[in-house]
Amino acid sequence: MNGTDFEPRIVGFLCNWCTYSAADTAGVSRLEQPPNVDIIRVMCTGRVDPVFVLKAFREGADGVIVSGCHPPGDCHYGEGNYKTFRRMPLLEALLQQYGIEEERFHWGWISGAEAPKWAQLVRDFTEQVRELGPLNWKRELESKED
Amino acid sequence: MTDNGKLKLGLYWAASCGGCEIAIVELREKILDLDAAADILFWPCAMDFKYKDVEAMPDGHMDVVLFNGAIRTSENEEMAHLLRKKSKVLVAFGSCAHEGCIPGLANLYTRQAVFERAYLETPSTENPDGILPQTSYQVPEGEIEIPYFYNTVKTLGQVEDVDYFVPGCPPQAPQIWAVVEAILGGNLPPKGSVVGANEKTVCDECKYNREEKHVKKFYRPHEIIPEDRCLFDQGIICAGPATRGGCGALCTNVGMPCRGCYGPAPNVVDQGAALLSAVASVVDADTEDEAAHIVGEIVDPVGTFYRFGLPASLLHRTKLE
Amino acid sequence: MKKISIDPITRLEGHGKIDIFLDDEGNVANAYMVIPELRGFEKFAEGRPVEEMPRITPRICGVCPEAHHMASAKACDAVYHVELPPTGKKLRELLYSAFYVADHSLHFYVLAAPDFVLGPDAPPAERNILGIVHKIGVELGSKILRWHALGMEIVGMLGGKTIHPVGALPGGVSKAINEEERAQIEEWGHELVEFGQFSLQLFHDVVLENQGYVDMILSDPFTTPMYYMGLVDENNKVNFYDGKVRVVDPEGNEFVKYAPDEYLDVLSERVEPWTYLKFPYLKEVGWKGLVTGMDSGVYQATPLSRLNAADGMATPQAQEAYEQFYETLGGKPVHNTLATHWARLVELLYSAERIVELATDPQITDPNVRTIPTETPDEGVGIVEAPRGTLTHHYITDEKGIVQKCNLIVGTTNNYAPISISVKKAAQAVIKGGQVSEGLLNRVEMAFRSYDPCMACATHTLPGHMPLEVRIRDAEGNLLDVLQKNME
Repeated sequence: MNGTDFEPRIVGFLCNWCTYSAADTAGVSRLEQPPNVDIIRVMCTGRVDPVFVLKAFREGADGVIVSGCHPPGDCHYGEGNYKTFRRMPLLEALLQQYGIEEERFHWGWISGAEAPKWAQLVRDFTEQVRELGPLNWKRELESKED
Repeated sequence: MTDNGKLKLGLYWAASCGGCEIAIVELREKILDLDAAADILFWPCAMDFKYKDVEAMPDGHMDVVLFNGAIRTSENEEMAHLLRKKSKVLVAFGSCAHEGCIPGLANLYTRQAVFERAYLETPSTENPDGILPQTSYQVPEGEIEIPYFYNTVKTLGQVEDVDYFVPGCPPQAPQIWAVVEAILGGNLPPKGSVVGANEKTVCDECKYNREEKHVKKFYRPHEIIPEDRCLFDQGIICAGPATRGGCGALCTNVGMPCRGCYGPAPNVVDQGAALLSAVASVVDADTEDEAAHIVGEIVDPVGTFYRFGLPASLLHRTKLE
Repeated sequence: MKKISIDPITRLEGHGKIDIFLDDEGNVANAYMVIPELRGFEKFAEGRPVEEMPRITPRICGVCPEAHHMASAKACDAVYHVELPPTGKKLRELLYSAFYVADHSLHFYVLAAPDFVLGPDAPPAERNILGIVHKIGVELGSKILRWHALGMEIVGMLGGKTIHPVGALPGGVSKAINEEERAQIEEWGHELVEFGQFSLQLFHDVVLENQGYVDMILSDPFTTPMYYMGLVDENNKVNFYDGKVRVVDPEGNEFVKYAPDEYLDVLSERVEPWTYLKFPYLKEVGWKGLVTGMDSGVYQATPLSRLNAADGMATPQAQEAYEQFYETLGGKPVHNTLATHWARLVELLYSAERIVELATDPQITDPNVRTIPTETPDEGVGIVEAPRGTLTHHYITDEKGIVQKCNLIVGTTNNYAPISISVKKAAQAVIKGGQVSEGLLNRVEMAFRSYDPCMACATHTLPGHMPLEVRIRDAEGNLLDVLQKNME
């Protein structure tokens, strides 16, 4: 797949208190980042139901990010991010079994004070997904159907 | 209704195992009541009516068609369209028609992979010329045709407009009878509803006592002999929390975990994702490493979480290359 | 060449059709039994935890899910090299025996009996279970329905669900039984033995006392000598749950007796491009086409073949019935396809006696019903007799017990060649000079029905019988004539 003229569509589920705040700061500080990530603000990564990630991929996302506060102790709600780290490894295994490359899904922790880390993630992840090419889940399914 | 006031009923099986037909037999003596109330105009497994007879019917002629089986081949799909045309109410009957069921696990593979395994690779197969079934083949005497085998299994609702869904693999007899009574009494809920099941999860009917779950290790059913209490509490993955109730929790009743054949619980969009969440929520781990270790031991996530509902899931199937 | 298509065939598990080609004289040049479906179990088993296979493979067939459940569980036992506690094994066989009673009686009463109790020429609308009830009375009819239900009740008690039971795991079963359950099963078991005797008596009174039926059973189009296969215990008596597979030749001599893990030395499967189903045959004899006899590897796996392949029945009343069977039909082996209906009833009686034997076994209520496997899983074969034929499950797993490869040879599949041959024979016997008669339809129907092709139909409470529509076309495909049978 020709990677140079493909613009990945990435969906990011970011927790309000940490990563969203970092992304905000990164923007305001004009840290360089490609515009490929569509951010969806959630109050906590613990709110991210696996179904959101599945739906994002199905509806056209080439890559998905879930990012929030560092455990232990940073979560605004105490242990919301514990639910995240119990869920995400299982979701990763599920996605891989579906044939979605592991490089298309990233989950982790970026605090409000780590704006540069966010910008770096956006740069790196966008390139990573660009190299993989479009996923185009629904349309690929329809076009390869008999 | 026919002139004699009886319901005009049709039953059909697509890619099915026949279990939904035997489920009708499990009505036992009530089958006589069904026979008294309905004229069956089409039922290939049991009666003489042919495809041509259905084609000859006026549109909407049959009051109700119970369609079981998944859409695996071109013939299955053609029959889905034909029966939609010739019926007033089309019911996806049983798990295959409702969400794909076990044949849906073939969505982990492709037509090519299935054919290669069945006709070339299996150790008992003797096929030096690499013959594969053809949709059209010239034998010395003439031509023989067989249906086209699709890459992907679909549910009935994915190829046609369905009025009601009766879940279960198979639907249990008391539930089937409840649906028949609702049809005869004109008591059906809004179009698109799931009928023949309740509005709770399997846990509600299950005999076991449940407590708060703290799972440090997941076990596969043969790895431990569980105590007489909630299996999920003991680390045996059970689809009960993510599965619609109405079956009577027959599997847990004999000490086996639910695998989800009654489909997603009410208001759940993707049964596998719901079960994944349920499993993750009971993991007793306060560090990332420990959590990763505990859930890392779970084998075959897609096959476990989507045992009956892979075609109906959000992603439908594994990636096609 | 003219082509006649019978499409679809009914009273078959799944879908089927018959394409008949007539030569210029209007005689049958060939008849093809075409199976237009496939689901791919042998492929999508790959990647599944092996202990889940007893819950996945029953969906191959909803009429005999218990057979797959057991064959799969046995394959899992072999994969894990695990020994069952005696009670675990007995409970599996108890469930299986109850299922046999229910399944064999479903076929006989709902599918076969109408042809004999009411006659093959009876009005189609009456020729079904309801017609039988009318003829023999509601009281007796209800009794028959109740007996069938009892068999299913026992399955449900032990396996949770009656259709697609659960509970068999590598190493045993998930549930033991208590004294109350045991006593109930024993009580019902005695009733089912009565059911077995009743059924044999019915067959005697209605069929064997009728010379017309006897002539039909012994007639040439329905007589096909071939190899016969069945599972036998260490005394060479019929056993459905465990043992070795024995094959006898058309003269009744033992050809081979093999253990499950030797099946690949004995069987091969042939692929044809015009059907989705494969044709198993005996490797050593070889594939000689759709023909039978000493030199053809075509074999049969049915109640008839099981009785032919064994030296007797392991329970007393069934043994008596077995002896009477062979005495009446002139010794072993019996080659008359329609006699399968009778053989099926001998097996029904045996299964019922076996229920009582197992239910009164002193160990049957022991709570120890499962052994936790400790060995590393790798490969295993499990074989049982499904009501419709020898059933083989073969799994290869990785060291975590995840299926890597799966091979299945399923009951009715064993009989694909014999059924095709019987169908062609019947067609050739009755279609001559381009004249297609009602007789064709009856004969073809009865030729394959006795094999009890898996989905032997759910309820014949309805004017059900095989729908046959014969369309005769000329070489350009113009419709010349349409003959219909039983199309109301």
